[in-house]
Amino acid sequence: MRVELIKRKEQSRKMALLSPLIAIGLTALSAAIIFAISGHNPLLGLYKFFIEPLTQQWSLEATIDKATPLVLIACGLSVCYLSNNWNIGAEGQFIVGALFGSVLPIMFPDFETSATLPLMLVFGAVGGALWALIPAVLKTRFNTNEILTSLMLVYVASLILDYLVRGPWRDPGGYNFPESRLFSDAATLPDIFGGAMSLSTPITFLVAIILAIMLGKTMKGFEIRVMGESPRAGSFAGFSARRLTLFAFALAGALAGLAGTMEVSGALNQLLPTISPGYGFTAIIVAFLGRLNPIGIIVAGFVLALSYIGGEAVQSSLGVSNKIASVIQGLLLFYVLACDTLILYKIRIVSRRASSGEVSHV
Amino acid sequence: MAATIHSEESDTAAPARKAGRHTLLDAQGLTKRFGDILANDQVDLVINKGEIHALLGENGAGKSTLVKMFYGSLEPDGGKVLWEGSRVSIDNPAAARDLGIGMVFQHFSLFEALTVVENIALALPNPGKMSDLSRRIESVSRDYGLPLDPSDIVADLPVGIRQRIEIVRCLLQEPQLIIMDEPTSVLTPQEADQLFLTLQRLASEGCAVLYISHRLEEVKRICHHATILRHGQVVRECDPTKETPASLASMMVGADVASVSAGATNPNIGEVRLGLKNLSAKAATPFATSLNNISLDLRAGEVVAIAGVAGNGQGELFDAVSGETTLSAQMVQLDGIPCGNRGVTWRRRQNAAFVPEERLGHGAVPGMKLSQNLVLTRHGTGDGLARGGFVSVARAGDMEKRIKQNFDVRMSHDDPEARSLSGGNLQKFVVGRELDRKPGVLVVNQPTWGVDAGAAALIRQALIDLARSGSAVLVISQDLDEIFEIADRIAVISRGHLSAAEPARDMTRERVGLLMAGGAEVQGEVA
Repeated sequence: MRVELIKRKEQSRKMALLSPLIAIGLTALSAAIIFAISGHNPLLGLYKFFIEPLTQQWSLEATIDKATPLVLIACGLSVCYLSNNWNIGAEGQFIVGALFGSVLPIMFPDFETSATLPLMLVFGAVGGALWALIPAVLKTRFNTNEILTSLMLVYVASLILDYLVRGPWRDPGGYNFPESRLFSDAATLPDIFGGAMSLSTPITFLVAIILAIMLGKTMKGFEIRVMGESPRAGSFAGFSARRLTLFAFALAGALAGLAGTMEVSGALNQLLPTISPGYGFTAIIVAFLGRLNPIGIIVAGFVLALSYIGGEAVQSSLGVSNKIASVIQGLLLFYVLACDTLILYKIRIVSRRASSGEVSHV
Repeated sequence: MAATIHSEESDTAAPARKAGRHTLLDAQGLTKRFGDILANDQVDLVINKGEIHALLGENGAGKSTLVKMFYGSLEPDGGKVLWEGSRVSIDNPAAARDLGIGMVFQHFSLFEALTVVENIALALPNPGKMSDLSRRIESVSRDYGLPLDPSDIVADLPVGIRQRIEIVRCLLQEPQLIIMDEPTSVLTPQEADQLFLTLQRLASEGCAVLYISHRLEEVKRICHHATILRHGQVVRECDPTKETPASLASMMVGADVASVSAGATNPNIGEVRLGLKNLSAKAATPFATSLNNISLDLRAGEVVAIAGVAGNGQGELFDAVSGETTLSAQMVQLDGIPCGNRGVTWRRRQNAAFVPEERLGHGAVPGMKLSQNLVLTRHGTGDGLARGGFVSVARAGDMEKRIKQNFDVRMSHDDPEARSLSGGNLQKFVVGRELDRKPGVLVVNQPTWGVDAGAAALIRQALIDLARSGSAVLVISQDLDEIFEIADRIAVISRGHLSAAEPARDMTRERVGLLMAGGAEVQGEVA
C-alpha cells in the first residue's frame, strides 16, 4: 500500500479554506498527546489551553491585546510572502520600530504636545521600514539571501535594545534597573471603550482592511501576486522585481515598527530589555494560518494570541511549562504548511505497486 | 480493433499488421488512463526489426504516453507488450535498457558543466574506466558518422552535437530499438540529413527505430511504416512513402487542415515600424547568448521571420525587443522613436505587442484565471482594465469572453486558471490577447510551438491577416515549414548574429540551413 499525491488541474478553493481548520484540528490532537505524555488529563489540558481563556472577560481582553501586534505584523509579512520575499526578521523590525518610537519620550521627555504620539508612531514606522530595507537592499544589490540577513538582523536589533536600556537610555531615577524612564501621558497610547482595548486594536483593524482592499482590488495587489507566483511573467507585464522587493520589505518593516511603538507606548509604557514575547516570529505563523489574507489574518492572530494566554493558563493551573505554547505554535505552522499541499494535490491511496504521473528519467 | 475498421476507409491504408517472424515489439491493447482522460485506448502496435517506424499524431494524441510505456516510465493500465514473442513487463527505464530499448529525449538531460564522457558515464550502469569509455565513445561515434570529442565540455557544444551525445549514449548500450522523440526539432536541415544517414545505417543493421515527429516531409523521406494516433487510438497505419505530407496531416487531424493563405506578397509595404539598429547585448549568464550588431527594419504590412536553431539568441533578442531587458535608446525604434531604454509597458503603449515562447510562466501566470492574465499585458494600454490604481474585474471578464470567442479557446468551465488549459488552447489565448488590440507591431517567439495542427493554422492565418491589415509582424521560429508558409522576408539568427532579411521567394531551405549553421554569423560580421 502506498500514498500518492496527484496534482490537481486547478487550486481547490474548498481546501484553501479547510486546510487551516484541519491544521488546527491536528494541532489540538497533538497537544492532547503531549498533555497525556506529561501525565495530565488531555481533555482538561485542551480545555484550559483553548477554551477557558475565552470564558472570562480579563482573559479575552488579554487575548485581544496579544492578537493586535500579531495581526499588524502578519499583515505586512503577507505582502512580503505573497511577492516571494522571505522576510523572517519582523521581530527585529518590531524592536527597531519601538526604539525609534521611543526617541521622543526618552530623549525629549519634556516634549509633551498633542503631536507627540502621532510623531512617535511615524518615527516607529520609519524605523521599522529602514531596518527592513537593509536585507531588501542587500538582496536587490548583491543577491544575498534575505532569509538569512533578515533573521540575523533580529539579533542585532535585540542587542542594540539591550545595550540602550542598560546604558544610555537607562532611567536615571530607576535604581539601576535595566529599563527606560516611563513615558509621559502625552506619549502613552490611550485605551478606548472604557479600557477594554488599546487604541492600537482599531488602528490594526483599519490597516488590515486597507491592505485587504489593496491586495484584492488594486494593480499593486495584482503586481504583488503576479511577482510572487511567476516573476518572469511579472517582468513581461512590466513590473520591476527590484522595486517590489523594496516596497514589500519597507511596508512589512513599517507595520512591524508601528506595532513595536504601539506596544511600548501602550502596553509597556517604557522600554525593557525584552519587549516582545516573539511577536515577530509568531506573526509568521499568523500570516500563513490566515492564508496571507488580511481578513484571515485577523482570525488567525486571535487563535495564536490564545496560545500565549492558554500557555500561561496551563502553567498556573496544571503546572505544565508555558513553553508548551511555543511547541503548539510550531506544530500549528508545521500542520498548516503540510495541509496546504492539499490545495494543489489530491491524496490517493494505492493498494499495489503501480506508477502513474510523470516519472523522471535519466 | 480501431485499425481494422479504419483500414477500410481507403485503399492506400495498409491493414493493421500482424506480428510475424521479424517482429521485435508487439503491443496489444495498451491502455493508459489519466483521471478522466484515456491517453491511450487499446493501442496495438507492431515494430519489426530493422524498420524506421513513424508514430504520428497531433499534440495530445497520446504519442508520448505510448512511448513512455515502452520505456518503462509509465505503467499501462491494460494490455500487454510482447518482446520478441514473449510477454514482458517493463517496470522502469533500467528494465527497458536491459531488454535493449533506448530512448533519445526531446529535451536533453545533460549536465552543462561536465564533459561528454562524464555525462555518458553518469547514464551507464557500469561505466568502467573513463579512459576506456572515452575510447569506446570515439569509436562508436566515428562508426556511425556522429563524431564526438569525449573531453569537450557540454556547455560549449551546439544543440546538434548535444543530441549526438544522447544518441551515442543510447548506442553504447547496443539497443535493438531506439525511440526518438522529435529529434530534428533542434537541428539544422544539414544536421538532420546527417541524423537520417545514421538512422538508415542503424536500420540496415537490424536495429528498429520508433520515430516521433511533426515534420511530415522527413517522415515520408525516411520512415518505412507509420502508425497514426488520434485521441489515444490508432486510427490508421500506412506506408508513408506512398503518401503526401498533406494526406498524412489530414490523417492526423481527421479532416483536411485549413491551408493558410498568405495571398500574394502585400504590394503596400509601408513605413518602418520596428527598427533594430546595431543591437548588441552581452550575455547575462555563462549559458546565455550575446547579441551582436543586429539590424533589421520591419515595415508595415509585412511578416518577417527569423529562423534559427534553438539557443542561438532568440530568447535574448525577444527580451531586448520587448523591453524586458533594456539597452541604449537608439538600438530599438518603434515608429521612428528611439526606445531601447524604455520598458515593456511603454512599448505596449506605443502600440507594440509581444508573445513570448513560453506560454506558462512567461506569457501567463499558471495559477491565475484567464481574465487576470489579460490584465498582465493590457493594464497599461488604455483598455480600462486598471483605473485609478484599481483593477476592473468586470471589464477583464468581458474581454476574456470576447477573446475566447474570437480565437476559439476551448475550456471546460468559464474563466479557468491558465495552467488547466491545453497547450494549443492557451497559445490561442495568449496570441489572441495581443491580436485583440490590433497592434501596430507584433513580435511573436515560436507562435505554434507544441500546438496542434488546427490551432497552428488558425494562429498563422491570424498573423498574416494582421500584417495585411497594415501592421508589422516579426515571427521568431524554428519551424521552417511555418516560416515558408507565412513569411514575406526571412532572416536567420546564428550565435547571436542576424543575417540580412531576404525575400522569402528567393530563399531556399538549403540556403536557410547554411545560414543557420553559421553563415549568418559570417554575414553578420561583414555587415
